[in-house]
Amino acid sequence: MIQATAFGRLSRDHVALTCFLVIIGYALVALLAAGGLIAQSWDAEVARSYAPPSFESIRLMMGTDLLGRSVFYKVVHGARIAMSVGLVSCLISIPVGVVLGGLAGYFGGRLDSMVVWLYTVVSSVPNILLLMGIAFVLGRGLPAIYVALGATSWVAMARVIRGEVMRHKEREYVLAAKSIGAGNWACLFRHILPNVFHFVIIQFSIQFVVAIRSEVVLSFLGLGVQGQPSWGIMIDDSKLELAQGVWWQLAGATAAMFFVILAFNILGDTLRDVLDPRMRSMR
Amino acid sequence: MLVYIARKLLQTVPVLLGVWTLVFVLFHYVGGDPAYVLLGRHATAQQVAELRAQEGYDSPLYQQYGRYIGQALKFDFGVSRVTHQPIRKMILNGIGPSLTIMLPSFCVMTALAVAIGLFAAFLRNSRNPLFLWMDKSIVILSVLGMSIAMLAFILFGQYVLAYRMGWFPISGYESEWPDRLRYTALPMLIWIFVNLGYDVRYYRTAFLEEADQDYVRTARAKGLSETRIFSKHVLRNGIVPVLTNVVLQIPMLILGSFLLEDFFSIPGLGGITIDAIRNSDLAVIQAMTTVGSMLFIAGTLATDILYAAFDPRVRLE
Repeated sequence: MIQATAFGRLSRDHVALTCFLVIIGYALVALLAAGGLIAQSWDAEVARSYAPPSFESIRLMMGTDLLGRSVFYKVVHGARIAMSVGLVSCLISIPVGVVLGGLAGYFGGRLDSMVVWLYTVVSSVPNILLLMGIAFVLGRGLPAIYVALGATSWVAMARVIRGEVMRHKEREYVLAAKSIGAGNWACLFRHILPNVFHFVIIQFSIQFVVAIRSEVVLSFLGLGVQGQPSWGIMIDDSKLELAQGVWWQLAGATAAMFFVILAFNILGDTLRDVLDPRMRSMR
Repeated sequence: MLVYIARKLLQTVPVLLGVWTLVFVLFHYVGGDPAYVLLGRHATAQQVAELRAQEGYDSPLYQQYGRYIGQALKFDFGVSRVTHQPIRKMILNGIGPSLTIMLPSFCVMTALAVAIGLFAAFLRNSRNPLFLWMDKSIVILSVLGMSIAMLAFILFGQYVLAYRMGWFPISGYESEWPDRLRYTALPMLIWIFVNLGYDVRYYRTAFLEEADQDYVRTARAKGLSETRIFSKHVLRNGIVPVLTNVVLQIPMLILGSFLLEDFFSIPGLGGITIDAIRNSDLAVIQAMTTVGSMLFIAGTLATDILYAAFDPRVRLE
């Protein structure tokens, strides 16, 4: 099994392991914030307006914003939004992409032409325009972002899975399964898809980054979350604060975003190296 | 070759129809009545009725669809409700500023990325520990650069380089030529830095893949120097993935960089689109989405034809 040996190699790679732990850390913080266990009442006034960062308490670690709210709490809740957008958009796009790509690759023919046509159409609309368009007509807010990202990001998944299933469907193990009487569905879902599953993991790590970046840009443009902290909104606010020497809101939001994206980028690279045999030679 | 081009053109038709349908359905159906999308929930019945009559939202959907296809074909999208200008004129005026920023930045960025990518591949292929370490630093720097949000680059550039240091104007645009460069220099610089990391890594991988080929071993066996192998053989053969990447990005160049144009108040297509979103100017958003998709499709078509021109085997597929 390629997956089993890959995880062995992954666990010996300290950088990748650190990145994995960073992502788990973000996920934990997001979960705890969602459960109300940390950083409750991010909108409470904790100090004067624009208090600079200080080590007096965790709340003031990154200073306060215009309304005296803790920037650190806002960063934590921004992580909650970002992680939820990444997760939900993957939960939409991966099943859709795997099923459509799998069916198209396996059955070929007219079904394949239709799926290919569908994803060619969706990918012909420049991604940022489609995202903004969907978020705009659905009326600004978190659900609109989930839908917009889900609707655009299944394309990459479907394309990869279709290609892989086409390569696999003539292999001996599939022919063997057929010869002992396995039907089409069993061949595709029980035999082929588990063997190409590692592409789903690679795509997941890419898709997550796209989702986080898109959420920040959409929120920055005012198309994203409303009435909740988001890294994008924080960066938007800090545009005008910089001239007054208030740098901590920008620094907090961009640093939080930087580390999670960096972790996903490095982990994604490592995953590709260990899971995709064609990439082996690159190392 | 002509047969191939004709076939490709024919294949574009269903995609184009699909895109038009997608955009139409998105803007006229998904969000509900566009009049409500534009006016918000608190609009009076009379306002809604007026707008629907004015924009033609009261006619049956198939008529609106027909009208929209006509607009896309004639490249005439009516008049913007917000700026009161013909949308065609807005788009045509926006192409110049967008290209002013994007074309030079893109050329410089690609040249830099190819050079650094090739250099890194060259370093990676040596046995010298110092060289290997340098290659590793290039990769690490690229990944770091890729991970920094564009917004952070922009705000840093605008605040530190323009506001604090005063090296550049903070924002604005000038249509007269030598002066224009003064305003576009900083956005160009930022664009290059934001995109460099990704392309360096991509090209490095492409060149490394070439460096594994048999002809490189042959070249080594007959005693060519590493410098010569990389600057002549690997560069020439590795240029194919570079070209693919370049051609695919061309439609995006005309659209401009949305965030940069917004921050630096550059009247390009990206800036127009963001203004339209801020002002809920549905007709302009729809027109930009249509034009952007058509540019993208044209770009893909151009890539396919270029490929066939370079590699005759493609034509037989």
